[in-house]
Amino acid sequence: MSAITADALSRAHSDAQTGIYNDKVVRQFSVMAVVWGVVGMLVGVTIAAQMIWPALNLGQFGLEWFSFGRLRPLHTNAVIFAFGGCVLFATSYYVVQRTCQTRLFLGPLAAFTFWGWQLVIVLAAITLPLGLTSGKEYAELIWPIDILITAVWVSYAVVFFGTLATRKIKHIYVANWFFGAFILAVALLHVVNSAAVPTSFWHAYSAYAGVQDAMIQWWYGHNAVGFFLTAGFLGIMYYFIPKQAERPIYSYRLSIVHFWALIFTYMWAGPHHLHYTALPDWTQSIGMVFSLILLAPSWGGMINGIMTLSGAWHKLRDDPILRFLIVSLSFYGMSTFEGPMMAIKTVNALSHYTDWTIGHVHSGALGWVGLISMGALYFLIPRLFGQKKMYSVPAIELHFWIACVGIVLYIAAMWIAGVTQGLMWRALAEDGTLAYTFSESVRATYPFYAIRLVGGAMYFSGMCIMAWNVWMTVRMGLKAGPVPQVRIPAVDPVHA
Amino acid sequence: MANDNKPSPQVIGPSSRIGRSHDKIETNSFLMIVLILAVISVAGLVEIVPLFFKKSLTQPVEGLKPYTALQLAGRDVYIREGCFTCHSQMIRPFHAETMRYGHFSLAGEFVYDRPFQWGSKRTGPDLHRIGGRYSDEWHRQHLKDPRSLRPYSNMPAYPWLADRMVDAQSMPARLGALQFLGHPYTDEEVTGAAQAVEGKTEMDALIAYLQVLGTAVR
Repeated sequence: MSAITADALSRAHSDAQTGIYNDKVVRQFSVMAVVWGVVGMLVGVTIAAQMIWPALNLGQFGLEWFSFGRLRPLHTNAVIFAFGGCVLFATSYYVVQRTCQTRLFLGPLAAFTFWGWQLVIVLAAITLPLGLTSGKEYAELIWPIDILITAVWVSYAVVFFGTLATRKIKHIYVANWFFGAFILAVALLHVVNSAAVPTSFWHAYSAYAGVQDAMIQWWYGHNAVGFFLTAGFLGIMYYFIPKQAERPIYSYRLSIVHFWALIFTYMWAGPHHLHYTALPDWTQSIGMVFSLILLAPSWGGMINGIMTLSGAWHKLRDDPILRFLIVSLSFYGMSTFEGPMMAIKTVNALSHYTDWTIGHVHSGALGWVGLISMGALYFLIPRLFGQKKMYSVPAIELHFWIACVGIVLYIAAMWIAGVTQGLMWRALAEDGTLAYTFSESVRATYPFYAIRLVGGAMYFSGMCIMAWNVWMTVRMGLKAGPVPQVRIPAVDPVHA
Repeated sequence: MANDNKPSPQVIGPSSRIGRSHDKIETNSFLMIVLILAVISVAGLVEIVPLFFKKSLTQPVEGLKPYTALQLAGRDVYIREGCFTCHSQMIRPFHAETMRYGHFSLAGEFVYDRPFQWGSKRTGPDLHRIGGRYSDEWHRQHLKDPRSLRPYSNMPAYPWLADRMVDAQSMPARLGALQFLGHPYTDEEVTGAAQAVEGKTEMDALIAYLQVLGTAVR
């Protein structure tokens, strides 16, 4: 798709100005993404330490809200929905305006999505440590917050699709297909999975029980990965990689095929979280087959992103932002290979319930979602605050390397820990009895928990460097004068 | 070169049918929404809906009773403390696993579980058939100070559970909601739920829950 050149996406025609882009909400979400990134990762480092030194749970000092079982959902919610969510709002609002060459639809509603989403995050940060939870993984928030999420999400859809509908460009750009699918799928998943019967303002019981609840939960849970953490971030890829590389997307045809294949296939893969459980075999098998098929559209996206660099590989050498974006795709490719492999029932028999799963999740979360978010934010923040580049480019460089080393330590430690656990749990002694007690497998894991803590702490410190760099860039921008007002280019009638 | 977001004919070529037919979709936001919704709805309809119509998945196994008020209060403590983040309740049908934990788990054992607590991670062991394995006193000690019984355990200590009374007043509404969802509670059980947990600590309730887990099938 050579038609998309960098300058076309945001070229400003000087002859006719038709208003300015709504970048205020983009600025707000971008800055909060960094804040929540630091918070969410700090909680992650904390619970990683608790797994080595259980005294850090502080229950014996009466601080029950600080124990692992309460903080772990806080960590997942903070990094996925607060950090990841703010990145998705910021980038989708930025991209949909630039690629439709029109102002965001219903500005006040967009402002509501910002304040509403921040309120959801703050309420989550209060209720989860208090033990107010629905008890469903990645959907822990209690029903009144679920209703608020629904309101924010419907508003998001109105703003996003309203902007699409009022676009000045005939074609809907590929990044927006992914953002659109992500918004619609998350709405569907959230509403169905959160159905519950309240017993009080603070508590409700799931509308589903047992097997049905498990299937619906993992249909939701897997597609929180598939749509929130994948489709949405592929939308980011399809805008920011061509922009930063100043190259067109590698293949338009590939983007069509892999888009429809990805959104269709992902929805089927949930049962691989329930292999060998009481879920019927046929459902498990369907889940496994579609998980294997999923490798193809996943790698289609990775290839399309990485090959966009063809002919411009040298840019990787001296552009740390591009390096964040491209290396994120390597981690994407790696974890979307690992995922289907772990969905094979015989492999899953070993890997399930072990720390291998945690390693897999983090190679996707730290490697793919984290790095591409950081790349996009490093692209956006100087522009949003009227600067040519970040305050410190060497600091971006440092962030990149410290993050990469951290990820490698993290996932390697979890792989070894997971395989060790899996093998110890199934090992038989010569007399046919179990070779190890459960305690022995816990004991064997401590060294790897320590390595994981080091890796996680490195990744977290990279995020702190980023926060400092963003702070300095924003301060510089605000000192230099009011934030920039980017004019919407007049559309050449040929393209309308 | 045309500087817009249109597919460039030079790249796709007139022979590309896929590019031409996709033109209709990517120039019409309404059509795109409808198609996305259709495409993402298929899997759920195929995988989820049939599960509601199969007896073996919706009927309790023989001998399974709905949780008593005290057990239910304990289950809600289990959920509140996030025990499911480290303990599964799902024994898979493998030799090594049934040897360690007991008979593999059956769908009919979970029909009163809202939400299900199968878990996804075993930082600690599976708990589906923990019922009756240890004495109440063992659990009491273990919850207060796990390392006094299991030196290598990294489980948090839960001493506060012994000091806190079950919120008796909330129990009738809890049983009532489950009754509404079809769990076979009598009206007397619902209205008497507060009285049934009177004077019990959260530790008592949690242990009552743990002791009934998985006991319907041996």
